[in-house]
Amino acid sequence: MAGPRPELEAWQDPTAAPLVEINGVTKTFGSHYAVDDVSLTIFPGEFFSLLGASGCGKSTLLRVLAGFERPDKGRVLIGGEDVTDLPPYRRPVNMMFQSYALFPHLTVADNVAFGLRQERIPRGEIRQRVEDMLKLVRLNEFARRKPDQLSGGQRQRVALARSLVKHPKLLLLDEPLGALDRKLREHTQFELVNIQERLGITFIMVTHDQEEAMTMSTRMAVMNEGRIRQIGTPSEIYEFPSNRFVAGFIGAVNQFEGRVVEQQDDLLLVHVDDSEGDAAELRVRSSQAVAPGTPVVVAVRPEKVRIGTTEPPAGDNRLHGRIEEIAYLGDVSIYHVRVPDGSLIEAQLTNRARRAAAPLTWGDEAWLGWNSEDAVALLE
Amino acid sequence: MTVRRPTLVFSLLAFGYAFLYTPIFSLIVYSFNESRLVTVWAGFSTKWYVSLLHNEQLLGAAWISLRIALMNATLAVVLGTLAGTALVRFGRFRGRSALALMIGAPLVMPDVILGLASLLLFVAMEQLIGWPAGRGMTTITIAHVTFSMAYVAVIVQSRLVRLDPSLEEAAMDLGARPWKVFFVITLPLIAPALAAGWLLAFTLSLDDLVIASFTSGPGASTLPMVVYSSVRLGVSPEINALATVLVALVTIGIVIAGWSMQRKARQTQV
Amino acid sequence: MPSPSLNKVLQRARRGLRQHLTPGRGAVASLPLLWLGLFFGLPFLIIARISLSEVVIGLPPYSALVDLAESGMLQVRLNFANFLLLWEDNLYLDAFANSVHVASVSTLICLLIGYPMALGITRVRESLRVPLLMLVILPFWTSFLIRVYAWIGILKGNGLISNVLMSLGLIDEPLHLLHTEFAVYLGIVYAYLPFMVLPLYATLSRMDNALLEAAADLGCRPLCAFWRVTVPLSLPGIIAGSLLVFVPAVGEFVIPDLLGGPDTLMIGKVLWTEFFNNRDWPVAASVAVALLALLVAPVLLFERFRERGQSE
Repeated sequence: MAGPRPELEAWQDPTAAPLVEINGVTKTFGSHYAVDDVSLTIFPGEFFSLLGASGCGKSTLLRVLAGFERPDKGRVLIGGEDVTDLPPYRRPVNMMFQSYALFPHLTVADNVAFGLRQERIPRGEIRQRVEDMLKLVRLNEFARRKPDQLSGGQRQRVALARSLVKHPKLLLLDEPLGALDRKLREHTQFELVNIQERLGITFIMVTHDQEEAMTMSTRMAVMNEGRIRQIGTPSEIYEFPSNRFVAGFIGAVNQFEGRVVEQQDDLLLVHVDDSEGDAAELRVRSSQAVAPGTPVVVAVRPEKVRIGTTEPPAGDNRLHGRIEEIAYLGDVSIYHVRVPDGSLIEAQLTNRARRAAAPLTWGDEAWLGWNSEDAVALLE
Repeated sequence: MTVRRPTLVFSLLAFGYAFLYTPIFSLIVYSFNESRLVTVWAGFSTKWYVSLLHNEQLLGAAWISLRIALMNATLAVVLGTLAGTALVRFGRFRGRSALALMIGAPLVMPDVILGLASLLLFVAMEQLIGWPAGRGMTTITIAHVTFSMAYVAVIVQSRLVRLDPSLEEAAMDLGARPWKVFFVITLPLIAPALAAGWLLAFTLSLDDLVIASFTSGPGASTLPMVVYSSVRLGVSPEINALATVLVALVTIGIVIAGWSMQRKARQTQV
Repeated sequence: MPSPSLNKVLQRARRGLRQHLTPGRGAVASLPLLWLGLFFGLPFLIIARISLSEVVIGLPPYSALVDLAESGMLQVRLNFANFLLLWEDNLYLDAFANSVHVASVSTLICLLIGYPMALGITRVRESLRVPLLMLVILPFWTSFLIRVYAWIGILKGNGLISNVLMSLGLIDEPLHLLHTEFAVYLGIVYAYLPFMVLPLYATLSRMDNALLEAAADLGCRPLCAFWRVTVPLSLPGIIAGSLLVFVPAVGEFVIPDLLGGPDTLMIGKVLWTEFFNNRDWPVAASVAVALLALLVAPVLLFERFRERGQSE
């Protein structure tokens, strides 16, 4: 064997040792399954996001990792060691709380030093490490303040410093940017990623904000009703959602329900239910073998849909309709086009492309088309 | 959190409740004892309740105490509500810190000081202006109002603090004059606090021995004063019966209060 | 639409109206102020004055507060003999010292029993908390005197404890627990426990559970989290509860009188005896003044915490 190729990411490398292994974890509250048979492997150095709407079980999974909740079933391994039965204070894991949970009776410096005081670390070293950490989050000026004398953004950084100062193998972040306003949030996203890369600590972040998960993570898991619906890099999840839930949850998507007519190599021919003509026949790329007659959903992202006045050649994926709505969003414009079967299709055009093409306006007839490899067949 | 069940804390909790209730239960049990020797069980009997009903002295004292307590509770609620409102809603005004101090101090002041101070005042006033002539129910009531209005004020205060001021502002904005706002908006909203304050003032007055002893005069012996002189002579099953009656009344009162509060909470939820 | 500055002016006018043109607004504050000033503030001046007068036979049994001397000048005669007596007679100093001692120890025991109770109530199911709190308050609504009286039946020579221990064969002859200092401690702790539990519960129930999780997450075991997070954060409750127990306990009369022995010297009982038995009003007044002086600091401290709690 030639050894691992450098461009191989850890999760693609069969020889890489995982940092976190979650095996079949289930957690119920009464009759409600908060986490339902979840398995997940996370590798050192990753910035992993758990994405989902509130109540999807992402926070419970994080709390299982931190040791605040005991799973009913399944095991949790960190660095190869089974920590399922370990209390939070014995785990090589730290957590940044959504509410920050800063100790109101302690100064910023004492908050950061709190975790170090448990271990028998000499005073001088504690002071040094606290100072370094406060410098890292640019709060060394505020060391003597109490949490209630800080702004929201500063508190967030204290919480980060406090959870990083013990050099955990794994840092858990529960909606770390949730309490910040939009502008600060965008800035802090970059800062968090920077710090993560600099320290090389593995981050697992819980968020309901897909944009946040997309920009920050190396990989992410989309959760719904206690289950993981898809795991992948942000682009995999965006480009190739594996099911309707993920396709609908991440970004906007046009969906066509139909049945597989036949498969030609890696191309599926799909007959769309309740429609005729061009609109009834869609071609979509699929690497899987699918039997004719299988129900399938064809999903296309609005930005993959071309819109224009010229008719695409027959045999392409093409639809004809009337523009009902145009939303100007600055960098892009979104067109809502009503097609003969009554459904509304969304197409997106960058404004540079819009200026270049023939002007389209409300009520205009327009052609929609896309490449077969830009659509996904969802079998679930 | 995966804290193991804090069994230590819960067993201490159980111990605390046992400590609080053992004496009360022993009182109740022995009130049904046949024997005059309170601590030797000689069979079930209700005869002490019967003799309680015929104890003219105790009944008379109870009647005096009841009248004082009713008068006291009503006056204390009026004055305490005014004080609480002033402290919460008037911002900084002259005399505020004096008022705040005089509301806070009676909560912790030892009874003997309050009692002696009140008595000396009444004596001095009688000397100077001839009122109050002698001491009795009036002087006891005044002394009771003085310390129980502080409790009412604190309860009203904490309720008002949690009250959304925009409700009153909205009423004022709609043209209601301040006094009208107070009676139509504020008062109904703090009514539960007033009821709690009234009950507390009533109980405090009914319960007080020391202040009443100082400020009382001939012919105005309150129930605690009579109970005290009887208790000093030793245990008496009649007092046990009286205690049982009191505990039963209080329990019924609290259960009714709790039940109606819960019902109200449920109604507002619907 | 009114401009923002106009809005501000209107707002200010409204506030001004509310604060200054309210008819009877003065009465709202002045009525309780007047009552308390007359019946609570003034008496302390009188106590102070009487503590500086001499005992005389008659009614009232003290020398006149002010004399109109023959020259028509107002004359005030002060007599410090009462305070000298307090200082010189060991009875009073001992009573003061013992009261403070008994009150401190009882406060500490109340804290030791009350803290786990308050903590326990915050840890039970939400629906159980109010009933459990009610159970703490309920004894307080029954008569104080009768609750103290209940212990007589339990503690006395042929009382409940003695009978139980004797029937178990643990002791041979009745245990004399009544009229001891132990009984006084027991009585004070019993009577004042609710005053400790309630403020403690108030601060503990406000505490965010995430803080304890954060402590555990940072490597703190439950006991360490208790000392480093729970206790410091409940300090206001500890102080308020302790003062609610300590201050009245120092001047307690009923409990040492009914449960204590002849050698249980407490200042409240001394004051009572001076007043009712010795009919020495000036000395009783000077005992009260001295007791007040002793309690001024804790009362003011309590007041500060109470005001802060109200404004939160």
